[in-house]
Amino acid sequence: MQAIIHIVLVILQLALLLTLSPFVVGLIRKVKARLQCRRGASLFQPYADLAKLFRKQPVISSTTSWIFTAAPYIVFASTIAAGLLMPVFVSHTPLNFAGNIIALVYLLALGTFFLILAGLDAGSAFGGMGSSREAIVATLAEPAMMLSILSIALTAGSTNLSTIVHQSALMEGDVVAPPAHLMALAALFIVTLAETGRVPVDNPATHLELTMIHEAMLLEYSGRYLALMEWAAGIKLLVFLTLIVNVFAPWGIATSLVPSAIAVGLLVYLVKVSALAIVIGVIESMFAKLRLFRVPEMLGAAFILSLLALVFFYTLKG
Amino acid sequence: MTALLTVLLACYLLGGLLPLCTTRLYLQNVFAHGCAAAAGVAGLVLGVAGLLSTAPLTLSLASNIPQLTFALRLDPLAAFFVLTISLVGLAASVYAYGYVEEFSGRVSVGLLGSLLNGFLLSMTLVVLADNGFFFLILWEVMSLLSYVLVVTEHEKPGVREAGLFYLIMTHVGTAFIILTFLIFFQETDSFSFEAFRHPDQQLPEGLRSVAFFTALIGFGAKAGIVPLHVWLPYAHPAAPSHISALMSGVMIKTAIYGLIRVYFDFMGGVFPWWWGFALLVLGTVSALLGVMYALMEHDLKSLLAFHSVENIGIILLGIGAGMIFHTYGLHELAALGLLAGLYHTINHAAFKALLFLGAGALQFATHTRHIEEYGGLLRRMPWTGAFFLVGAVSIAALPPTNGFVSEWLVFQSLFLSFQLPTLFLKLMLPIAAAMLALTGALALACFAKAFGISFLAQPRSTQARHAKEVPRSMLAGMGFLAGLCVVLGLAPMLVVPLLDRVTAPLTGAAISSQVLALDGWVVAPVTVEFSSISTPVLAMLLVGAGALGLLMARLCGKGLRARYYKTWGCGLNLTPRMEYTATGFAQPIKQVFETIYQPTVKLEQEFLEQSKYFIKHQRFESHIEPVFEKYLYQPVVALMLATADRLRIIQAGSLHLYLTYIFVTLVLLLLWAG
Repeated sequence: MQAIIHIVLVILQLALLLTLSPFVVGLIRKVKARLQCRRGASLFQPYADLAKLFRKQPVISSTTSWIFTAAPYIVFASTIAAGLLMPVFVSHTPLNFAGNIIALVYLLALGTFFLILAGLDAGSAFGGMGSSREAIVATLAEPAMMLSILSIALTAGSTNLSTIVHQSALMEGDVVAPPAHLMALAALFIVTLAETGRVPVDNPATHLELTMIHEAMLLEYSGRYLALMEWAAGIKLLVFLTLIVNVFAPWGIATSLVPSAIAVGLLVYLVKVSALAIVIGVIESMFAKLRLFRVPEMLGAAFILSLLALVFFYTLKG
Repeated sequence: MTALLTVLLACYLLGGLLPLCTTRLYLQNVFAHGCAAAAGVAGLVLGVAGLLSTAPLTLSLASNIPQLTFALRLDPLAAFFVLTISLVGLAASVYAYGYVEEFSGRVSVGLLGSLLNGFLLSMTLVVLADNGFFFLILWEVMSLLSYVLVVTEHEKPGVREAGLFYLIMTHVGTAFIILTFLIFFQETDSFSFEAFRHPDQQLPEGLRSVAFFTALIGFGAKAGIVPLHVWLPYAHPAAPSHISALMSGVMIKTAIYGLIRVYFDFMGGVFPWWWGFALLVLGTVSALLGVMYALMEHDLKSLLAFHSVENIGIILLGIGAGMIFHTYGLHELAALGLLAGLYHTINHAAFKALLFLGAGALQFATHTRHIEEYGGLLRRMPWTGAFFLVGAVSIAALPPTNGFVSEWLVFQSLFLSFQLPTLFLKLMLPIAAAMLALTGALALACFAKAFGISFLAQPRSTQARHAKEVPRSMLAGMGFLAGLCVVLGLAPMLVVPLLDRVTAPLTGAAISSQVLALDGWVVAPVTVEFSSISTPVLAMLLVGAGALGLLMARLCGKGLRARYYKTWGCGLNLTPRMEYTATGFAQPIKQVFETIYQPTVKLEQEFLEQSKYFIKHQRFESHIEPVFEKYLYQPVVALMLATADRLRIIQAGSLHLYLTYIFVTLVLLLLWAG
């Protein structure tokens, strides 16, 4: 019985990741459009885009190797695998034992690695430029991410995501987050913007070659390969959003496997993720993209914040 | 086990002698590499047997020289290193069978093979030696043989200089190791390791710290710990590739063996916290600087050599964390740190040797080591490319490979620092973890560069365009190591219990049953609630999710076949010269970490006389500052040369003067003795 529930939960989580991610992308686009006084495309446009891309004939560059066609599958798989390791709407994730938060970070890095290779494979300068920039952004985001994760992990006494979320969900009376938590949140939020290619770092809405990072690596992709890459990018965004809402605001998440609790958990989760997506949409509208060589300063600030979070944790705890 | 040891020694000795007895190239090749491979298999079995056996195997042969006994001892620590050396030795000798063709006609294949056997034998004996004197002799033999192998191609520019640099550095290291053993000798009146580790004959406090530093410098010079690493990126690439694989993969590990032997075994694991902290700091610095300099390197083998500095740093992080925990009596965590360090040791041996063999294969096929002259090789050398990719993914510590497992364990032992009593260490270990994260991310960038520029896109030179796949034996050597990387990654349940047998006697805590949960499917230091990973499950998840993607593409695509067309080039036909170069790829990193690299750019332009807007000729040079060589080594060299210049006065070439010196010395000695 237990095993069946676990399998159902994993499949539910997988389905949620796959179906919700285009919605989040669409929601952010919609928010940006409204703030620019445009009506914008439908919230469900990304679904239509994906469906269309899957049905189109792909064109592959003749200079590429098997890496180019394998990369979309690897990027897609690693992102999904990362998404299955974390709690989404139930604090006990069945697959949690397979990897803690470090494993999640490194699974996403596996995707980044193949994305960089795919960018280089077609042999155009755009791809190379995107890969080179992705490499530096991912590099600088990593230490900040690791430290902010650690300061959260220390609070919960565990680096295991389910335990972290479960612990903080149970501390319901203790809603006011200590300063360490807030700083870690700020650091992780900056890392999220950088890792998912959002505005101050990268612009997901442009093909203007001087500014793009992620788009530049995907420039040669088309058809189903592009669909998988875009979908993976959407899932990666959703993974980061879920991480933030569940670690820093786990209220409402199902702490037991009662159907009613799960239903509430699912609903609360959808509201929280949508709210965070709207915040990102607003931020994207408020800020201009930074010059590439200003990005290190921003990520440096994230690193300092997470370091301070650690210092605060130890000093306040006594 | 004695029989196995005899077989191992006999094979290496035969492999050393037989190739010199025949003049037929084919026989030389077969004898040398066949014997080395056979010895490798014997060593593999011996290593596993040594790890599993309960009592250490000891063999001893007395000699006429005082204090010197030819004593061998196979305890779990030694067995682990014998296993590591044999695994890489086996792969390298299979590989060498095809690879030496590159050298035929220029270098004697028989001699090269004979030296290979000698080198492997000396390394194996170094970790088995149970007498200080014997150890030093073997250490010296190992260093000299590797020097000879480094200068194999002495006619090439830079090789002899690299060899000389290595020779000097390794002897500085040996001097400090001799000093360490002399300190022990002074207290114990014996050179036997048995006496060194005897609990009744421990060194007094002050001398212990001196011995700590002398051992650190002595073995650090061999391991390539920053700032003693400068020789490594010159010497390792200069050697033939299978030798580079052995030097980078296992020879530098004998230094790690030495450090663990001295600190945990001889000193009984009693040390102040700052010893472990010193290793932690050196490890962090080595890891970061190693990978940073690797990123700027475009000679594939130098790049790999710098990564050895990085990985030695990661190993030291594990060992350092283990030592800190040990000081505070957290024996299980100490065992975890040490285990993480040792796990990374064997992992690094596997993937670094694989990558060096891959680099050798590229050199074999294209006759160049310069990354910018490769390109498009994955289509021309599919197997080499696939194996190199396995190595690259492993060294970048991406799941579910072996590098990921050991780096994850190092991360865990650093994160568990919250159990330490002092705030300083509680903060320092997580910062080390953050720096390790930075190192990992930089390694990812570096290997994305190395693999991407070498194997993908269009060939950047005619050699690369005409490259062909290498012979089967070379592929077999690489394939074996690639398989080893996969096994070490997916089956920690096989590796952890073996490593536990090494760390348990050294730290006094057996943690195998604790680290492996759920029948070994999950690696979970402390408890599953704190942290866990399961690489087999991660691998299954990846395969499953990949299959899901494939399925969706199949279902929606309805058998649409992809069309092939040239890459979009803004309306131009793309040529290899328009591709992103390795230099260009690493440029943002160079700019961000300017303070460390201190790059200098030299641009010479010659304009047309009519207008300064038309450039007739230009020349661009970009260098990074070799900080350690310039500010640390050059002053020392300059000082020594100046001193030598002064001292020349007393060595004027007059025989009478020298006789006077001898006479005066004799008189003084007699006076002193009387």
